[in-house]
Amino acid sequence: MQVPRYWREIPKRYRLEASECINCHNVIFPEKLSCPQCSSKAFKTIRLSGKGKLVTHTIIRIAPEGFNDQVPYAMGIIKMEEGPQIMAQITDCDPDKLKTGDPMIYQFRRIRDDGNTGVIMYAYKFVPDVGI
Amino acid sequence: MRKVAIVGVGLIKWGELWEKSLRQIAAEAIFECLEDAGTDRIDAMTIGNMSGGLFNGQEHLSSLIPDFMGLKNIPAMRIESACASGGMAVRTAYLEVASGLSDFAVAVGVEKMTDISGQEATYALATAADQDHEAFHGVTFPGLYAMMAKAHMDRYGTTREDLSSVVIKNHKNGSLNPNAQFPFEITGDQVLRSPMVADPLRLLDCSPISDGAAAVMLTTLEEAEKLKKQPVLISGIGHATDSLALSSRNDILKMEAVEQSASKALEMAGKSIEDIDFAEVHDCFSIAEIMILEALGVVPPGEGGKASSEGLTALNGKFPVNPSGGLKSKGHPVGATGVAQICEAVAQLKGEAGKRQLKNVKAGLTQNMGGSAGSSVVHILEVI
Repeated sequence: MQVPRYWREIPKRYRLEASECINCHNVIFPEKLSCPQCSSKAFKTIRLSGKGKLVTHTIIRIAPEGFNDQVPYAMGIIKMEEGPQIMAQITDCDPDKLKTGDPMIYQFRRIRDDGNTGVIMYAYKFVPDVGI
Repeated sequence: MRKVAIVGVGLIKWGELWEKSLRQIAAEAIFECLEDAGTDRIDAMTIGNMSGGLFNGQEHLSSLIPDFMGLKNIPAMRIESACASGGMAVRTAYLEVASGLSDFAVAVGVEKMTDISGQEATYALATAADQDHEAFHGVTFPGLYAMMAKAHMDRYGTTREDLSSVVIKNHKNGSLNPNAQFPFEITGDQVLRSPMVADPLRLLDCSPISDGAAAVMLTTLEEAEKLKKQPVLISGIGHATDSLALSSRNDILKMEAVEQSASKALEMAGKSIEDIDFAEVHDCFSIAEIMILEALGVVPPGEGGKASSEGLTALNGKFPVNPSGGLKSKGHPVGATGVAQICEAVAQLKGEAGKRQLKNVKAGLTQNMGGSAGSSVVHILEVI
């Protein structure tokens, strides 16, 4: 994972920056260059609230390289309040108790390290929203 | 556009072919195809290959493969669309012949996946997903399809037994296919005892890592007549794309690329799905075959699991699916899969499928998919 490639994604990964179509108000995450709903190319950047609901999930038991030390871990698709769906890890919970429709909230977390001397990668993960 | 027919197929036995190289298996499949076609004329060569770069550290297959065959001056090109690379190579060869640019175009699909470790191969396969927005977070391909399976079970009541029925049926078919990587039957109990990979998908819900190659020769109907070969007509082709990331779909249970590629192909052939006698589809995971049945319009949304359990897709069912054994039993050397599906359809239509031969089949459909259905290509084949 090269540093510039990681760095380019920081606005989305750290701040959940999404694109809102100025014409039809469709919210897209991650960004696209034209709106899949109305084809407009005019967007403004907004920050997602970080709140949403679990659409589906799985528990990864055989991990890709770099994630071996984390298994088993839950991953899911969360439908955000503003509309877009995000795929992320779901943490701080018993994965066996997760249910479709559960409220979820964004957390800023460490994803993994790139070896002993590489970048420490951070991004969003989600946790069950217990309303604290 | 000119009508295009298949006049030859070449397929080697798939598996962990440690004694053979990428170039070797590709060349073997092409030479077998040329022999079957009864000509050695190649006006164009298309090569379906997902990732020679990551699996073998070898790009530039367009020179590598003809060179190893001992040929020069061949207009060869490598076609990539992840696991749909093979189907796309056939489509490109079709365009060569249909357009009049070439009279004889050979399409080969090849992948040599066992030269690297299982984990490295998993990484290479995951490059068919969105690297920045899916793989970065630690998801795998089984993980993506597991999320579809979970959603399908939640919404439609699809069961563990429904998923297993696909696996059991495909292994049963594959046990009759001498070219299959795993030509043996397995039981529902064996599926349930296999390790969990990504809930609810177990190891035996997943297609394997394989080495393999397959080739088909395409030409015009006039040339086919001169060769005195029974031609199989490619009467329809459809190709479509969808979002790369699964999470970007409004409905993760709707494989729009499959729906659209199928309806385009059927429209081109002047047919509806009811006119099709059997299909070879992209069962990279058990849930994939269930969702593809729905996307093709064989059954309404949500009924794919039940239909599989009830035997609709068995060799003796009303709509046989994957008589070859599918990716699950036959193997899944990704770039070769889409071409091998067409080889199976040709064998079935010509009555050359041995113990797994279907009765009275006139029209078949093949469906080859990239990633989590980010791309799909469908061919309709007919005997004339």
